[in-house]
Amino acid sequence: MNETLVIQQRGVKLYDGEDKAKLDVGIALLSTHQLIWRDLKNHECCIAIPLSQIIYFEEQAAGIGKSAKIVVHLHASPANKEPGPYQQSKFSYFKLSFKEHGQIEFFRRLTEELSQKRWESTPMSQPIPTATNSQTGRTRAVGIVGIERKIEERRKETEKISQSKLMVKAKEMVELSRSIANKIKDKQGDITEDETIRFKSYLLSMGIANPVTRETHGSGTHYHLQLAKQLGDILLAPLEERGGMMALTEVYCLVNRARGMELLSPEDLVNACKMFESLKQPLRLRIFDSGVMVVQLQSHSEEEMISSALDNVTDKGSLTAEEFAKLLGLSVLLSKERLLLAEKMGHLCRDDSVEGLRFYPNLFNSQA
Amino acid sequence: MHRRGVGAGAIAKKKLAEAKYKERGTVLAEDQIVQMSKQLETFKSNLEEFASKHKQEIRKSSQFRVQFQEMCATIGVDPLASGKGFWSEMLGVGDFYYELGVQIIEVCLALKHRNGGLITLDELHHRVLKGRGKFAQDVSQDDLVRAIKKLKVMGNGFGMIPVGGSYLVQSVPAELNMDHTVVLQLAEKKGYVSVSEIRESLKWERERACHVLDHLLKEGLAWLDSQASGEPQYWLPALFSELTSRDVTPEEANQITP
Repeated sequence: MNETLVIQQRGVKLYDGEDKAKLDVGIALLSTHQLIWRDLKNHECCIAIPLSQIIYFEEQAAGIGKSAKIVVHLHASPANKEPGPYQQSKFSYFKLSFKEHGQIEFFRRLTEELSQKRWESTPMSQPIPTATNSQTGRTRAVGIVGIERKIEERRKETEKISQSKLMVKAKEMVELSRSIANKIKDKQGDITEDETIRFKSYLLSMGIANPVTRETHGSGTHYHLQLAKQLGDILLAPLEERGGMMALTEVYCLVNRARGMELLSPEDLVNACKMFESLKQPLRLRIFDSGVMVVQLQSHSEEEMISSALDNVTDKGSLTAEEFAKLLGLSVLLSKERLLLAEKMGHLCRDDSVEGLRFYPNLFNSQA
Repeated sequence: MHRRGVGAGAIAKKKLAEAKYKERGTVLAEDQIVQMSKQLETFKSNLEEFASKHKQEIRKSSQFRVQFQEMCATIGVDPLASGKGFWSEMLGVGDFYYELGVQIIEVCLALKHRNGGLITLDELHHRVLKGRGKFAQDVSQDDLVRAIKKLKVMGNGFGMIPVGGSYLVQSVPAELNMDHTVVLQLAEKKGYVSVSEIRESLKWERERACHVLDHLLKEGLAWLDSQASGEPQYWLPALFSELTSRDVTPEEANQITP
């Protein structure tokens, strides 16, 4: 195995010990053999540290106004060290400051490389810096050339993938599906209901957005129908436990945690829930004015929810969403929606201040 | 010898072809659907081949995932649209992101009482990684961003606000317009902001600044330090670093504020 690039990160500033280096923001690169910092604009200005020179390194967490840093402590430099932008430093350590984040990944990779010590078993692809530009006193780390080559290779690989059979085929299918969708829209010809459903399932399999929406099935397919039936069974008990209502994100977590694999996508869940009504399931998907989506038990009627909200608020004099949530054992999000609903129906009114949103019985209504 | 082109026979032939073409025009979509089902088979085998070469790489390399996703986007396919999609089933790319979605929701929910539903992408990343443990797959910030984009469809108000070179992730349906966003960005440097800072930097009227800050307070995204020297300071818990803050339970918080 030759020297390989492990990770790179833009937006990194170099500190010589505690001093800000007289260098700009650049790129930090980690290979199996070296840690390199390179000026973004002037690629010839770079500093390469063999990993073997690193005694120890640590993280410095970000603070207010300060970026996170990695502090790297080094052995004393060997006598035959080639010249570089820092001939001598009075510090035995330097810092990398991550202006554009990425420090967590970088730190992990550095830890990995320093524990695996891959440089000990394999040669570097190029020898340690030998080229010197005596005029500027700057060294071009020849190892960089090897790494740049890897970056270029990777870019070429990306191109290869995009031109691969797979992607070419996928592109064809996207175009074909657009043509079909247009024909369906223009109502050209005798497309049966069955064929439309089949077409939608092809789109689903391919991950192509469905441009055709029909009244009868929406974006749903047989898959979503099945899913809706399953959900109708799985969710009954959890819904009862939670006062008849669950946020869709709650449902997503519950169902996927139970499945373990072959998880549902958020879109799968939404599309399945949209079918509850047509399947005459005892559940409904409901969207509040705020955009919050919930699954609701049919048996828990609107009136019940509103009168429960009014009763509780009247009983306590006034309630915030947090207080109501505690009373009912519901999430704050859903308690808020219930209070808002009762307010919308005119049973409650609000006191909106910086101390929070508080609901009172609407005395204008009841004492009118 | 047979001569082409001219003659009654040729004209009749042409008319027949035209009629057939017209007829074919009306059934063309059905044909195309049949054609598509055949192409689907070819596509599946191409995907199988691709998966045999790259499935591990997709799971292990966040860089590869980025390249792969960008490619799909260019072509017009969304490999994460459905768990039933071929991409998900054969490459396993779906489960990776859907599970990540669950973890993101859980982290945001756990911290909501403290930060009001706003968290930096960095902190989210850090906590998700912590929750995954040593042997879990590598997760990058790009992965998080993609997972969050998918979560939006469930209506919980998931969104991302650009702030200080990175993002704040919103997980509650609080309405945040341009004014709120700009104040958040201003507060990013120190973690707090004051009315006069807003007036100085953004050249706003006092009323506008107060209106925005009040909204942030109401939504639980900002805390008021009225005892700060000089004028009151509005702190954004989402922007606190772990060094300068410690977790306060809701009960404690209620005791502290009058």
